[in-house]
Amino acid sequence: MSNQDKSIIKAEEMVLNMGPQHPSTHGVLRLKIHTDGEVVSKIEPIMGYLHRCFEKHCENLSYEQIVPYTDRCDYLASMHMNHSYAIAVEKLLEIEIPERVEYIRIIVAELQRIASHLVAIGAFGLDVGAITPFTWALRDRERILDLFEMLCGARLLYNYIWPGGVSHDLAPKFVHHTNEFLDYFEPMIKEYDQILSGNIIFVERTADVGIITPEVGINFGVTGPSLRGSGIPHDLRKDEPYSIYDKFDFDVPVGKGMMGSVGDCWDRYWVRMREMEESIKILRQALGRIPSGDVHSAIPKKVRPSKGEIYSRYETARGDVGFYIRSGGKNIPQRLKMRSPAFCNLSVFSEISEGWMMSDVITILGSLDIVLGEIDR
Amino acid sequence: MDNTKLDINQIFEIIKVDFSELIDFTEGDNFILVSHTKWYEIAKFIKNDSRLLFDYLMCITSYDKEDKITYGLAFNFKSTINHSYLEIRIEVCDEDSVPSVTDLWGSANWHERGAFDMMGIKFENHPNFKRILLPDDWPGYPLRKDFETPEYYRGMLVPKDKTYWE
Repeated sequence: MSNQDKSIIKAEEMVLNMGPQHPSTHGVLRLKIHTDGEVVSKIEPIMGYLHRCFEKHCENLSYEQIVPYTDRCDYLASMHMNHSYAIAVEKLLEIEIPERVEYIRIIVAELQRIASHLVAIGAFGLDVGAITPFTWALRDRERILDLFEMLCGARLLYNYIWPGGVSHDLAPKFVHHTNEFLDYFEPMIKEYDQILSGNIIFVERTADVGIITPEVGINFGVTGPSLRGSGIPHDLRKDEPYSIYDKFDFDVPVGKGMMGSVGDCWDRYWVRMREMEESIKILRQALGRIPSGDVHSAIPKKVRPSKGEIYSRYETARGDVGFYIRSGGKNIPQRLKMRSPAFCNLSVFSEISEGWMMSDVITILGSLDIVLGEIDR
Repeated sequence: MDNTKLDINQIFEIIKVDFSELIDFTEGDNFILVSHTKWYEIAKFIKNDSRLLFDYLMCITSYDKEDKITYGLAFNFKSTINHSYLEIRIEVCDEDSVPSVTDLWGSANWHERGAFDMMGIKFENHPNFKRILLPDDWPGYPLRKDFETPEYYRGMLVPKDKTYWE
């Protein structure tokens, strides 16, 4: 064979651009995929298309004014962002929160976890070609959004949990309607299991694909259901209980490799399914024993923390969110950094998708459950 | 392997044995100040020493010291084995560069790029050192306190702070 012929059959690397306008990237994420034929050799995620200068804005706003901005970071789990920010500021101010407020916060946080996981599961199914579960998931999520609307008037961006309290007390029939929803939703999880979890096409697409080993997961700072799928029971609600999570009885589901190996896409999906059951467990306990009290009593008249720094952590639906706040003794923070879980979860993406086919890249990205609002801030 | 949770004083005593003149700690503080010159060696030590084992780098925050010369980095570590927590800070001048720890903790890669993007802190030996969120040709580093928003970016008007707010 002559040299010229050899150069003709030489496998050449091809660079493929996916996004930023692509339904499978779950937002405005651009992936620069280096491929060898159909096999992926390297992925370079390029982000920043949704950058809204969150941290810069925070340096010009008072602590109370930042709350609505945190909503817009993770728009699928706004309650978690409100709650995590409120906890960070309360730590900085060293104030005590009434017990009723803590119960209300945990109820909305767990409802939000179910809502966020429903979108994650539905969209993940959609990514691998299952359309029906997505419509079911959004139908059920709608009921949670109705509950939130009853609570604070907003369906997506709540501005509900403030440093020191919550904006509105529970609506008169909120507990009744939430119980009704739980009675409806608990059997629904079994239906999801029937249509998706054991579905042979779904299992073929997701099992043994994109395995995150525990070492790689911890090294890249992967947290939340994505890390628990690798068999590590790392959950801040259990490890470092904030708020009043130590008063509740619940388990931390971890991936066991039931359909393939531990840490594959199916395990990450399965952990989210089981986590919804655990959230229902917490909700049933919390709804039964809400104490009475005033939800506005601890809201400080003026938020002006003394000089100092704080790093506060919180378990959102996507993982471990951290707020690093440097206070200079003014009513505006000197520096506020948000460690966003989806940002760190996405950083492992190139590592785990090496050697997989193009179609698997979509599966792996879907299983990581990213929200671009939080990555780009 | 020792599985006891350590507090900041004990951690300081352990690191001090090998790196006494490079680290600084004031009683009552919750962080250890580290010189940037030997940061890679210290990082390697806190990751691999059997008493410390800080295998999880949670966050890197860059901050401005507001004296127009020094900029800081805060590293938040957690050990998933003995559950100790550690905050390390490095403070550097504009012309200094900090050794990258990307090959020790994969999560450092994007966080270091973020620190460069927003605060202009330079890192040595980083595998892919460029901006992460902002466009590559954005002028200046926006989270520095003396940053002035440019009037135009590629011919587009950049709205000034609070101009259109009311």
